[in-house]
Amino acid sequence: MSQTELMATAPPPRPGFFQRSVQPLFGTPLNAVITIVCLWLFWIVAKAAWGWAVTRAVAEGGGAICRAGSGICLPFLAAKARFMIFGVYPYDEHWRPALAMLVFFVAIGVSMIPRFWGRWLLAVWAFALVAGMVLIAGGAFGLRPIPTTQWSGLPLSFILTAVGLALGFPLGVVLALARASKLPAIRVIAVFFIEVIRGVPLISILFMATVMLPLFMPTGVTVDKLLRAQVAIIIFAGAYIAEAVRGGLQAIPRGQYEAAASLGLHYWQAMRLIVLPPALKIVIPPLVNISIGFFQDTTLVTIIGLLDFLSTVRTAMLDPEWVGAAVLEGYLFAATIYLVFSYGMGAYSRYLERRLRTGFD
Amino acid sequence: MTRLFYDLRVRAILYQVLAVAFVASVAWYLAANVSQKLAEQNIVTGFGFLSREAGFVISPSFIDYKPTDSFARALLTGILNTIFVSALAVVFATILGLIVGVARLSGNPLLRALAFVYVEALRNVPLLLYLFLWYGLIVNLLPPVREAIELMPHVFVSNSGVTIPAMNWTPSHTKVLLALMAGVVLAMTVRRRMVAQRVSTGVERRMWPWVLLALLGPALVALLLFRPEITIEYPEKGRFRLAGGAHLKPEFTALLLGLTLSASAGIAETVRSGILSVGRGQWDATKSLGLDRGMALRLVVLPQALRVIIPPLTSAYLSLFKNSSLATAIGYPDLVLVTNTTMNQTGQAVEGIAIMMLVYLSISITISLFMNWYNARVALKER
Repeated sequence: MSQTELMATAPPPRPGFFQRSVQPLFGTPLNAVITIVCLWLFWIVAKAAWGWAVTRAVAEGGGAICRAGSGICLPFLAAKARFMIFGVYPYDEHWRPALAMLVFFVAIGVSMIPRFWGRWLLAVWAFALVAGMVLIAGGAFGLRPIPTTQWSGLPLSFILTAVGLALGFPLGVVLALARASKLPAIRVIAVFFIEVIRGVPLISILFMATVMLPLFMPTGVTVDKLLRAQVAIIIFAGAYIAEAVRGGLQAIPRGQYEAAASLGLHYWQAMRLIVLPPALKIVIPPLVNISIGFFQDTTLVTIIGLLDFLSTVRTAMLDPEWVGAAVLEGYLFAATIYLVFSYGMGAYSRYLERRLRTGFD
Repeated sequence: MTRLFYDLRVRAILYQVLAVAFVASVAWYLAANVSQKLAEQNIVTGFGFLSREAGFVISPSFIDYKPTDSFARALLTGILNTIFVSALAVVFATILGLIVGVARLSGNPLLRALAFVYVEALRNVPLLLYLFLWYGLIVNLLPPVREAIELMPHVFVSNSGVTIPAMNWTPSHTKVLLALMAGVVLAMTVRRRMVAQRVSTGVERRMWPWVLLALLGPALVALLLFRPEITIEYPEKGRFRLAGGAHLKPEFTALLLGLTLSASAGIAETVRSGILSVGRGQWDATKSLGLDRGMALRLVVLPQALRVIIPPLTSAYLSLFKNSSLATAIGYPDLVLVTNTTMNQTGQAVEGIAIMMLVYLSISITISLFMNWYNARVALKER
């Protein structure tokens, strides 16, 4: 028999049903114990969840009935869902933030498809941001102007995230370039800014913005409370994005810089045409993760008294009618929405990472 | 003149001068506005207020603090509260994160799924929401103190927090603890010496009795010298309240729980990617040596994974420490809350913010320096 024949006659044995499904679960005594404990846990949680959400569910009635019962308070969700999502935005104008969010989602959806990546996405985003702002703020196209004190709920969380990232991104790229600069003075300024911002919690920057920003302005100029929080978030986002972009810049081989220099490109041309495009492509997955983090971090504006989504949910729960009746319901509702968006973006980031890896290696 | 303008070195200097001038003028402009505003509002700048009487209550506090103490002491109490809760959470989160991270890679699909759900549920929901949820659950759903649930023997939970057995702590206890800490350092030194000796001479000597002696010796001596009385105080269920023991308030309990859980999810992911970064060949090699999974993990894989784990672990610790500032939202008197109260009472906003940021910054830098030092120790030495 020749060697090839020998190799051909011995295919690896395909694991049978037993090996594939039972072995990992009950193969060793320890595994069997783990499996039984896990099944027991699943059983307990499922039983409790079923009882709470189905058999003991309170289908109708007010806060008093919900407080007396021990199941999910469906009337609370029915009565308060719209308030939790749109907050104190005028009731008959809710279609405006709803439409703005729709535009926002379409923009996100389009940007998630790698085939559409290009310069015109910037135009899409500029349009989405402007259209969303006009819809929510009003004052144009016959829309009633709505003061920022009434911007609230989920749309506010999205505004803070989207504007924070949209303006934090250019700031971050400039900071990253400054940090990678050969000029020591510029590098020191960038390092100082980035490290100070990254070394303190977002809360302290939000407090600084609310307390100090009015002091920074010349006499007579007042800064809107929402704008103060937004400035804090932009600065914070800028510092974190800068660190992500720096990683991308470091991944570009020296040869690229040298090639750009030998073509006679000056610094900005070299950066814009040669270095930044691949560098930014590499950092898309970390940037998506940063975006998820910032979407969650916008909840912190609750502490300085803005009505973001978490805050409107809490307000709904403190309604005298429902107080103490729906602690779990309110927070679970909020948690589900955060979970859906964050998990979705996270799954997308992981998909991109795989895709980009196979594309380059 | 134009030649000078196109000279790269001249340009470099010019750009830097421009950048510095820009930053300096913005800073000067802002500072001028601030001092003008403060003058208009008749606020005297400076840190003189720190020695004035604070007049507010801080509970819990881990050093002796009364409302008649100064603002400086109040701020110190806040700093220690922040450090205390962060340090506890770091310890718990590391242990929990290591367990969950290993469980994420378990051969058992059920355990893997459970760990996956744990990590994703914690990472994709804001920490602040969890803090509110834990706090809300403790305050609303747990029974009043009178009907406190005995979770474990002598551990009571109720809507006013958790009550656990406590030991009466005296200065002699502190001395014994210090001796124990000295013992840890001594034991590590002895072990390193003996390993070095074994490597250089090749003579195998029994190590553990010496290491154990170095570890426990100082503490035993201190125990005999100071004879601290060991009395454990168990909480007793009275008619209306629990007497004795240590009482952890709901704010503290919710914060510790929230910080620990959320950080443990991040640490679990770090541990998982660290373990995955160790090549398959290493696992195969351990199998061919006849090591079981636990030994392979402990002796071969984790030490190598540690190198990959340390840098992201540093950022996990840093963000845990910074996230402890969310304490403010549920009313645990950490540095931010105390500073905020101080600013409201004295109007010294600029000074308050400056103190707060400086403290956070210096502790953050300390943590990163320590972790960088540790990282340099475990990093692969390429010569």
